[in-house]
Amino acid sequence: MQPFFLATSLIILFAVLLTLYRVIRGPAIIDRIIGVNVIGTKTIAVILLTGYLFNRVEFFVDIAVVYALINFIGALALSKYFERRGVEHKGLTR
Amino acid sequence: MTVLAVVLVCSGVFFLLMGAIGLLRFPDFYTRMHAAGKCDTLGSLLLLTGLACFGGIDLASVKILLIALFIFLTSPTATHAIARSAFTRNVPLWTKERAERQ
Repeated sequence: MQPFFLATSLIILFAVLLTLYRVIRGPAIIDRIIGVNVIGTKTIAVILLTGYLFNRVEFFVDIAVVYALINFIGALALSKYFERRGVEHKGLTR
Repeated sequence: MTVLAVVLVCSGVFFLLMGAIGLLRFPDFYTRMHAAGKCDTLGSLLLLTGLACFGGIDLASVKILLIALFIFLTSPTATHAIARSAFTRNVPLWTKERAERQ
């Protein structure tokens, strides 16, 4: 069963790589925020797959719980901050 | 049980990959958020349910199901908050005329 977990983790990491292009080259700051949020959700799955890969799920699942909480609070805090401060958008003209 | 888990994990990975491609290819912010929010929620829900099915019923699988429930509640909330902050700050929408003009 271990090669299946390894292959699944590698496919998810490839999806993270595709999302990382949007985080680096995103036209506005708000594209980067949604990219980081998506990467955080994928990281929870990768942490659990690593736990199955090492046969230590009961340790890694607590790390995944904390990561899910931090991901949600970080997305909310960033969206509130940039709602107050304003977002600059250079890609499309109004 | 293992066959069900493998099918759930494979469909979850498919949705996560499609969400990443949509986030890469769509033209403006709101369509990218459409791809990211929905595909990410459904894909991680299927993937975590499949991972919980692997070990049978024990404390770890119950915790994994709790993470899945938490993501099912919070991922649309975070997507909504980010889209709301973009909409209040007048991030422009993609239209066909504007794309042809540039």
